[in-house]
Amino acid sequence: MNWHNIVTVYLKELKDSLRDRRTLMSTIIIPTLVMPLLTFGIGKVMATVISRAQEEIPAVAILGGADSPGVVAAFKQSPKVHVVATPTDWKQAISDKKLRAALELPAGFEAGLRAGAAPAVHVYNYDGELKSDMAARTVEKFLTDLREQTVGARLSERGLPKTMARPFEFTRENVAPPEKVGGNLFGGFVPYLIIILCFSGAMYPAMDLTAGEKERGTMETLLCSPVARVDIVLGKFFMVLTGSLSAMCFMLLSMGTTAAVGGSLMMSGGGAPVKAGAKAARAAVEVMPTIDPLGLVGVLAMVLPVAVLFAAVAFTVSLFAKSYKEAQSYLAPMMIVVIMPAVVGMLPGIDLNARLALVPLLNLSLVCKEMLSGVWHWNYIALIFGSSCVYAAVALALAVQMFKREDVIFRA
Amino acid sequence: MIIAHQLTKTFKDKKRGEIRAVDQVSFRAEPGRIYGLLGANGAGKTTTLRMLATLLQPTAGSATVAGFDVARESAQVRANVGFLAASTALYGRLTAREMITYFGQLNGLAAPEIKARLKRLSAELDMDEFLDRRCDKFSTGMKQKTSIARTLIHDPAVMIFDEPTLGLDVMTARAIVRFVRECRDRGKTVIYSTHVMSEVEKLCDTVGIIHNGRLCAEGTLAELRARHGEQDLEEIFVKIVGAEDKK
Repeated sequence: MNWHNIVTVYLKELKDSLRDRRTLMSTIIIPTLVMPLLTFGIGKVMATVISRAQEEIPAVAILGGADSPGVVAAFKQSPKVHVVATPTDWKQAISDKKLRAALELPAGFEAGLRAGAAPAVHVYNYDGELKSDMAARTVEKFLTDLREQTVGARLSERGLPKTMARPFEFTRENVAPPEKVGGNLFGGFVPYLIIILCFSGAMYPAMDLTAGEKERGTMETLLCSPVARVDIVLGKFFMVLTGSLSAMCFMLLSMGTTAAVGGSLMMSGGGAPVKAGAKAARAAVEVMPTIDPLGLVGVLAMVLPVAVLFAAVAFTVSLFAKSYKEAQSYLAPMMIVVIMPAVVGMLPGIDLNARLALVPLLNLSLVCKEMLSGVWHWNYIALIFGSSCVYAAVALALAVQMFKREDVIFRA
Repeated sequence: MIIAHQLTKTFKDKKRGEIRAVDQVSFRAEPGRIYGLLGANGAGKTTTLRMLATLLQPTAGSATVAGFDVARESAQVRANVGFLAASTALYGRLTAREMITYFGQLNGLAAPEIKARLKRLSAELDMDEFLDRRCDKFSTGMKQKTSIARTLIHDPAVMIFDEPTLGLDVMTARAIVRFVRECRDRGKTVIYSTHVMSEVEKLCDTVGIIHNGRLCAEGTLAELRARHGEQDLEEIFVKIVGAEDKK
């Protein structure tokens, strides 16, 4: 192994990759844009949609109720609903989103209430349609209030206290420190994003430096030089690793900047922040600083061997391919293999244990979640770091062996 | 100097079983002379040259290039070889200067030496105009000049050309032929593979005819003409290959 040669190959590959649009997209541009796009783009669109739905006074029709004028009048007086004339085909009107919901009062509803009967009331809506769901909830709130008023009236008629129907109250309060709350919220999401970006960051340089070179005919040119193949592999491998790590670093930088800029924009009321959006942003800003910085350092340390593993695997698989397209067809499905453990790690109720600590990627996902919450299981951390290093070393050794195989390098 | 002795290369194929791409090929190429390896497509020329350039390991037999064994001293062999083939392309995203400098570095040359050699090569090959332009924007002629400079930057004692004029226009092909002659005139050992008879007639001091991986005939053009009673190289080639097929 000659480090001078490795550095020479690495620096050339770095220069070459920095001039490759596809590599720049996957290692710098996409990781940098993903968080602002999620926060300011999709997040803002969602907040706007929800806010508009909340601001809308829904059109609601009443079915029946001719013999219940008191309830109908109270409902009509509610500022949160706009009672409209009942269309002939009211079900179709709800499906066509012309009517958000309908309230059906049975015959003799008011009289039934007075007599102590339990008449059934129906609320009709369009399930899964945001504005219709909100309208149905508004109608249900009116009915809940009406039920409580009725209970209260019945109790006072009998000279009984209100506590008869509501014997106790309860409240819920968070006692976990803010960094643990933040860790729990971000703990599953951050490793998931890191894993995806680490792999996609490795993918394009790996394909370009192996299958791409074979396809363009530069691999044979390079092999004519007196540099040992192991030095060529390592020089190229370090470039793929650089791609993987830079994708992660740009994503983390972008995430921090987005939280800071987005938070200050929302908090200062810049632009026209909608109520829900501002609330979400405030919540995000309150949570972001509470992520344990030490946890973030721990995550970076744990990701390092996994990035090596990704770089070596992407390199080996791409090396086997004859062309860039063939390499793409091998690596694209691998993304699903990579995402699966990360998704499982995000699921609630899956906790780290000795067996899971040996499952690649899932172990990273789980330990990152813990570290970001400020929980440090040193025995598991050592086991995960050690096993990840072993997997990475095996993958790298495999990459070197593959590069020495004539049937792989000159595969036609 | 190149000495190949019983050089053999076999490949395993799932459908066809074992394929003997090169079968016990022996020859000797001298400094200051051009050895032409003449054969049809798939005859085993490229595999032979790839073994000499240490890109492939021989299955059996041996070869020495510039005094170094291709199996045991592959790095020294490559340090003494300039390999130019239709399949050895340029890095499109690098400039000609960066490309040549990179190969100088890979050959262990110091920066001032690379600079001086690059200056000389650029003048010789008339490359000054496009030296700092990216290779992917080059014409075929510019690409060939850059490739030649790449093979010469470390001033190798042995030059291996594997069908270097394949797919080139007449003018570029003539420039390559001229360059090959210059290599011989500088005292380098030159091995030149082709299936173009006219190139062999123009260039080669010794010719080896290869067919189905075997070296069927060898000699100077005059010797081959006398041996087979034909003047036309194409007729000689057809006779030799036909006789080999009948065996």
